[in-house]
Order: sequence, then structure tokens, then C-alpha cells
Amino acid sequence: MSRIAEAFAHGKAFIPFLTCADPDLETTEAAVRAMAQAGADLIELGIPFSDPTAEGPVIQAANQRALAGGVTTDQIFDMVRRLREDVTTPMVFMTYANVVFSYGTERFLSTAAEIGMDGLILPDVPYEEKEEFAPVCRKYGLDFISLIAPTSEDRIAMIAREAEGFLYCVSSLGVTGVRTEITTDVGRMVSLAKEANPHIPCAIGFGISTPEQAAAMAAQSDGVIVGSAIVKLAGQYGRQAVPHIAAYVSSMKRALAKIKP
Amino acid sequence: MSKGRFGIHGGQYIPETLMNAVMELETAYHHYKDDPDFHRELTELLNEYAGRPSRLYFARRMTEDLGGAKIYLKREDLNHTGAHKINNVLGQALLAKKMGKTRLIAETGAGQHGVATVTAAALFGMECVVFMGEEDTRRQALNVYKMRLLGAQVVPVTTGTATLKDACSAAFREWTTRIADTHYCLGSVMGPHPFPTMVRDFQAVISKEIKQQLQEKEGKLPDAVIACVGGGSNAIGAFYHFIDDPSVRLIGCEAAGRGVDTPDTAATIATGRLGIFHGMKSYFCQDAFGQIAPVYSISAGLDYPGIGPEHAMLHDMGRAEYVPVTDEEAVNAFEYLSRTEGIIPAIESAHAVAHAIKLAPAMGKEQIIVVNISGRGDKDCVSIARYRGEEISE
Repeated sequence: MSRIAEAFAHGKAFIPFLTCADPDLETTEAAVRAMAQAGADLIELGIPFSDPTAEGPVIQAANQRALAGGVTTDQIFDMVRRLREDVTTPMVFMTYANVVFSYGTERFLSTAAEIGMDGLILPDVPYEEKEEFAPVCRKYGLDFISLIAPTSEDRIAMIAREAEGFLYCVSSLGVTGVRTEITTDVGRMVSLAKEANPHIPCAIGFGISTPEQAAAMAAQSDGVIVGSAIVKLAGQYGRQAVPHIAAYVSSMKRALAKIKP
Repeated sequence: MSKGRFGIHGGQYIPETLMNAVMELETAYHHYKDDPDFHRELTELLNEYAGRPSRLYFARRMTEDLGGAKIYLKREDLNHTGAHKINNVLGQALLAKKMGKTRLIAETGAGQHGVATVTAAALFGMECVVFMGEEDTRRQALNVYKMRLLGAQVVPVTTGTATLKDACSAAFREWTTRIADTHYCLGSVMGPHPFPTMVRDFQAVISKEIKQQLQEKEGKLPDAVIACVGGGSNAIGAFYHFIDDPSVRLIGCEAAGRGVDTPDTAATIATGRLGIFHGMKSYFCQDAFGQIAPVYSISAGLDYPGIGPEHAMLHDMGRAEYVPVTDEEAVNAFEYLSRTEGIIPAIESAHAVAHAIKLAPAMGKEQIIVVNISGRGDKDCVSIARYRGEEISE
């Protein structure tokens, strides 16, 4: 069982996302440790990109803050090395194709594997382009995470059949960000995916911020991903954000623990 | 390898949310591009509404002054809305209408593509939203007013560098939010497949006309075709029907800004490297870790950190040459063409004029250069005056 499968082995998974180096790497490192302790089942680390086209205003601003501080991919790798001395929670990178491609896809993924990362999410790499990245991920034992969206329809089965690690189910049209209401029939998306690939865990992301939303989404899937709500805390509290993020993760985790698998 | 490749370049690097939308667009485009009724309708719009064919004008005074090759100017500046952008926009708007879309969105840099898109939206009775970098809304206030007058909502984009690339990102984000009734009318030969191919096909009318017009006037092919390159739509339009004629030099002029050895440049071929951005693999100005560089040019229309994938391929093959032209050279050319021929070119097109000024004297009098005057320069008068230290208001 890969470490990502482990994340879904104990009930509904809670998957927090954080933009690395917002406001600095020391804070990110402390926040990741705190999220792991608070019960995060899998952690998404965002490597900032200058032009994150799938992100809403909150994560866009976090990317800009992080890059303004001068962070580089190499410094983020070093932070993960330090984290892996004690943190065993599965972790995946979330970034954009050019960050990986420009570093050298082979070099990026061999390093990611060596420092203990478990997977990679590239929101600007759809099924049609994944052959450029997925085989290299496989070579180094990382899962290349595929996404399905409310518009995927007849593509869901094709994507789910080849999905590795888990399937990222995008709850809504548009970009990342907090939403008051999720109107997509995510239950149907998940069941179409499971029909094609019964073993792939399905986690729902985009728009989720409250424990109630998390519980509702998790009832229809294997877990939930929360980005903007946590990044907002990082933006609001800066270097003092760690306890706020830890408390938030605990509250979300409690909401999910009430749901029977 | 995925669809829409030009050598190693191109592809479809976009969020899953948009995949069915671009596939629907591709299917519709393939259906209509060979449909005689669609062609008849588009040709009528181009001729009766946009004023095509545009003139191929022999620039006698410029030719005599430079003392070398004969210079012809392809007058895309005389099209309705003042630039080549209308060629692509009428094609896409007509296609969008056939697809049942009722709303157009677009990015714009100098505002020419925005104005063209809003114009088509007004003509077809469609809703229109244009994304424009806040910095550019200041540089091109006249075009912002025009777009509002024509009925568009203009959204100033404040993220990133607040210029063309950010406007483009904002338009992509908006498209993922609202797909069912909306067509993203992309303004250049960039983005995910099918845009680079489709926009090229709609702009190829430029080289088709040049070839025919020059045949009538001179009975031969040109020796060189020169055009400015941002994303590269007017250039690919001017090059396309000459790609298989190896005797014709194809020269794209990139915006060097304050110089390719300074950080204030937008010359992608001169300073960029291979990357993946805005839906395509191509050359991009970027740092060592793949962060897209903040680019600069006096021209808002060339101020883009990438280049269309077909240009990237033509560069790899050595079929086309790409040369950097600085702000200073472009401004000099802007003034030169105004005084010598009574034609005020867009500052974008002035980059191509600047290279013709360098090239013509070294060529023989029997040789021919065609310069694509992709747009008119009225929109640039305020900023060129400012460049020369003179403050004027519109």
C-alpha cells in the first residue's frame, strides 16, 4: 500500500492545502507539523507559481506573497527534507506544469521522491497531456493525481480508469476559493468514477470551508480537500497563523470523524 | 503526444474543467472551416463590414529614401477597428454564434483585440466582457472608452504585472467559471489547441492577399515579409502562404523594450526558453525556476512573455527569423513612417517598420520587402508624445 492509500484507510480523509513560503518557509514548516498533529490525513504543498491560472483571488495572492519573499523550488525541497525527519503524513506537491518542466521533469521528480514526497498534482495538465509527467512519476514511485470536473461528463470513466493515488474531484466550475453553496451533483461524479475504477479513492475539493460543507461532501466521497480557507488564515495571521491553522484542521477533522465510512 | 502540435510546441495544457469546451470548439471549427455557407458568410463580413481586401501599398518615398529594396506596406491598419484583429474576431464570433453561444469574453493588451471583439459582439447582438491589465487601461484609455461605448464591460486586471498575460489568465479563469453560454475569443495564435490553428487560419487571409496583390503588381514573390510579433497573429497571418516558398525570408520583430541585455524586454525568442504556459508549450521569458518573467515593452500589444507555438516551430526549423527591436527604434520608425508616407502605424507595427529601415538599404533595388502594418497608430499618440517628453491630453 502506498502512503497515499494509507491516507484513505481510516475513514474520511481530510486533506489541507498550504502555499509554501506564505509568508515564509519557517511558518510553512511549523504549519505542516501542526496540521499533521491535528489529524490531517494527507497534506498538499503548493509550490508557488507566478501565474496560477486555476486559482481564485485568495491563493493567487498567497502565490504572489510567497514569490515576493524570493522562495525557490530548491528551498521548498530543503524544507520537505527537514519535515520528513519526523512527519510521516503523506504529502503531495501541487503546482503548475512549468514549475516542474522548467526544473527538468526527471530532476524534479527524482528529487521529490528522494525527499519523501508521495505524489504530484498539476491542475494545468489534463488527461491528454499526462504522458509527459505520469510515467516519470511512476518511475520514481510517486502518484500523478488526476482531476475530474463538473464539465468532465463522458471523460470521467476514461480519467478514473487510469487514476493513481486518489482522484481529485473538482466540486464546482471556476477557480479555487470559498463558496457558500456547492450545486454540482458531486455524488454522481463520484459514482461514475467508482464505476470505472472501484478502488480509486475520491476526494472533493474547490469551495469547501465549513465543517458542515466538509461533512456533506465527505458523505458522498472518500475525503475533502480544503485550500483557500487555510490560505486565508495564513494571509490573515502571517507568522502567527500556525495555532489558527491547527485549530481549523482539528475542527474539520472532528466533523469528518462523525461520518461512518 | 496530444493534439495541436507544431513540432514539439503547442498542445492543450489547461484545467480539466475546460477540456470539453475546447473539444467542442475544435469539433465545431472542423465542421465549419470547410463549410461553404460559413465561408460565404465570413467573406461577406470581411469584405462588406471590415473593408477587405486591405491595400498593398507601394511606399515610394520610403523606398527612395532608403535606396534599396522596394517596400510595400500591407495596410491592415485600414481595416474596420484599425487593425488585423478583426479578421480573427469575425471568424470566431461567427463560429461562436453557430455554436449557440451568446456571450464573448476576451483579453486585450493594446485594446485592439478588445475593440474588435466588442465590435463583433455589437454586430451579432452578443454580450461581451473584456479583461485588460490595469496598467494597460491607463496606457490605452481611448480604447477602454471605445469598448464601453460599444457595449462591453471592461474588467481591469490588477493581479501579477497587470498587463496582457494577466488579462489572459483572468479570461481563462472567467471561462472556467462560465462555459455553457460563453466563447473565449482569444486574440492571438496562442493558448491551447485549437486556438493557434484556428486563429492562424482566420489571419491567413493577409498572406493570401499579399501573394495575389504582389503577383498583380510585380508578377513575383516578395524577397522578405516583415511583421511584428507578440503572440504572433499578424505575423503568422502575413507569413502563412509563404511558408512553402523558401525564397521568401520571413522576419518576425519582437519587442526588445529597453534592450535584450536589460530586464525590461519582451523578446521571447531572444531571451526566453522552452516552457508550458497559457495552455501551450512554447518559448517563454522565465526565471531559472520557471516563474514567468515580468516583461516590458513600450507597446502594450507586444508586451507578452511568450510566443505562439507555430512561430516557435518556425524558429526551430530556421524557416523564420526573429529579431529584437527596441522601444527607441520603434518610436523612430513610428515618426519616420508618419513623416515619409503620411501613415501613422501602430507602435506594434512600427517594430516591423524599424527592421525594414535597417534591412532595405542592404538589399538590391529589384528586391521586394512587404511590411505588415498590422494596425493604426492613433491609439499610441499620447504615449509616444510622453516618450518624447511632451504631455498631451486626448
